[in-house]
Amino acid sequence: MGVGIEVISLNAWYGANHTLQDINLHIPANHATALIGPSGCGKSTFVRCLNRMHETNPVARVTGTVRIGDLDIYNDAKPVEIRRRVGMVFQRPNPFPTMSIYDNVASGLKLNGYTNKRVLDEIVERSLVNSALWDEVKDDLKKKSGASLSGGQQQRLCIARALAVDPEVLLMDEPASALDPISTAKIEDLIFQLKSQYTIVIVTHNMQQAARVAETTGFFLNGRLVEFDSTHKIFTNPSDKRTEDYITGRFG
Amino acid sequence: MSGDAFKFRFRMRVITDGAVTILALLATLLVVAPLVAIFSYLVFKGASSLNLAFFTQMPKPPGEVGGGMANAILGSAILLAVASVIGVPLGIGGGIYLAEFGRGTKLANAVRFTADVLNGVPSIVMGLAIYSLIVVPQKHFSALSGGVALGIMMIPTVCRTSEEMLLMVPYAVREAAMGIGVPNWRSVLSITVRTASPGIITGCMLAFARVAGETAPLIFTALGNQFWSASLNQPIAALPLQIYVYAISPYDDWHRLAWGGALVLIALIVLAVSLVRYVTSRGVLKGAS
Repeated sequence: MGVGIEVISLNAWYGANHTLQDINLHIPANHATALIGPSGCGKSTFVRCLNRMHETNPVARVTGTVRIGDLDIYNDAKPVEIRRRVGMVFQRPNPFPTMSIYDNVASGLKLNGYTNKRVLDEIVERSLVNSALWDEVKDDLKKKSGASLSGGQQQRLCIARALAVDPEVLLMDEPASALDPISTAKIEDLIFQLKSQYTIVIVTHNMQQAARVAETTGFFLNGRLVEFDSTHKIFTNPSDKRTEDYITGRFG
Repeated sequence: MSGDAFKFRFRMRVITDGAVTILALLATLLVVAPLVAIFSYLVFKGASSLNLAFFTQMPKPPGEVGGGMANAILGSAILLAVASVIGVPLGIGGGIYLAEFGRGTKLANAVRFTADVLNGVPSIVMGLAIYSLIVVPQKHFSALSGGVALGIMMIPTVCRTSEEMLLMVPYAVREAAMGIGVPNWRSVLSITVRTASPGIITGCMLAFARVAGETAPLIFTALGNQFWSASLNQPIAALPLQIYVYAISPYDDWHRLAWGGALVLIALIVLAVSLVRYVTSRGVLKGAS
């Protein structure tokens, strides 16, 4: 089951560049939350702070508190432990090119030393069913490389890979921006089904996509969280003038 | 622009295109020609002296006809095995350090510089160095010292190609491994190295083929041996050494054997490289890049 995320006065830097300034918000459990805003507004940096990927860049720095469920991720746990509980799907599909479809999905478990073959088979099947890819690949699981699939299939493979380690939160950093409309629709359907079991945070460039998949939406601008509310309210009756200007297409 | 001028320009472009294509073809032929020439001359001169005896018999004293290079073939195999055991793991390990763990550190820069210099050290100097480091303290020549000399010569090539190949693995792949909570060391070994492995293997084969034909580092180390020996602690024969000795001798029969030896040496290198390629390509999946 998913858990909620509590963010308290989060600040992040890239070198001297203050990319996130004093972010406070609560992301509800078992819902999809969309983060919108123009390029460079800090929304990608924000999700990368939720699984401590931001700090993998040598010049990056973070302060503040992030609580995933009861876990204070910057004080109570190591980055690798957090990333097993907080899955991530990236902008460009990035399956492991030398691994089979099966090994791609099982990688999170296998590389952490899990070897029970029967259980692995079950988890791989369940993850691929959950990511709506099973029917398309079930005959080539161990024969084909993850890189041989189409872009949309690769992205669903990456979702299956993230689901296989049974995370509580799924972060998606523009998961459909490199995909065609049909594949995008499949990913959006998937988000709809997955949000009953996982807390989903999805960064998107595409405001309609946010309106389609998310119950809650946050609007970022210049490293600040301008507005965070129900998607309906953001898109019909925003409180902030800047949010209104952005969603009506006056800038961005 | 008038119609005629346009036609003229178009014709000129077609002619230029054709001329440049022919020049490129000629350049390619010039590059391939020496290789083909050397190999066919080798087959022409060497094939006639190849028979079963060549692979199964010992060298005969001068004046007696016949004999073979069985001991030199075995010797080369042993020397190259020792060299690979030293050169491949150390080289790949160094490459992994340079590309993954030491990036940008002073130590890494020093290691990279040293590897480049080592790559340029003349092979005879390498032989002298091992002579003073191993042969002199041991007070006798040995297969081990020859293998070590060849192994050290393999290290810089393997190290630098491994580094280059690892750096070519896209950041997205490393990020994917981080994103599912794989510890860094595991991600390096199971993801990055595995993704780069075809290139790393090519580097190892390159180094292997290069030292397989080295004569100079063996003169003061493996020395050569007229008898059958598989001991690491005794002087040992090697194909390049045997070819050298036979080729500068005044006997026609030995010249004939030297040509045969050269052909066998090249054939064995081609065989070893193809075998490794075949074995390592069997596990590759459809569509893997």
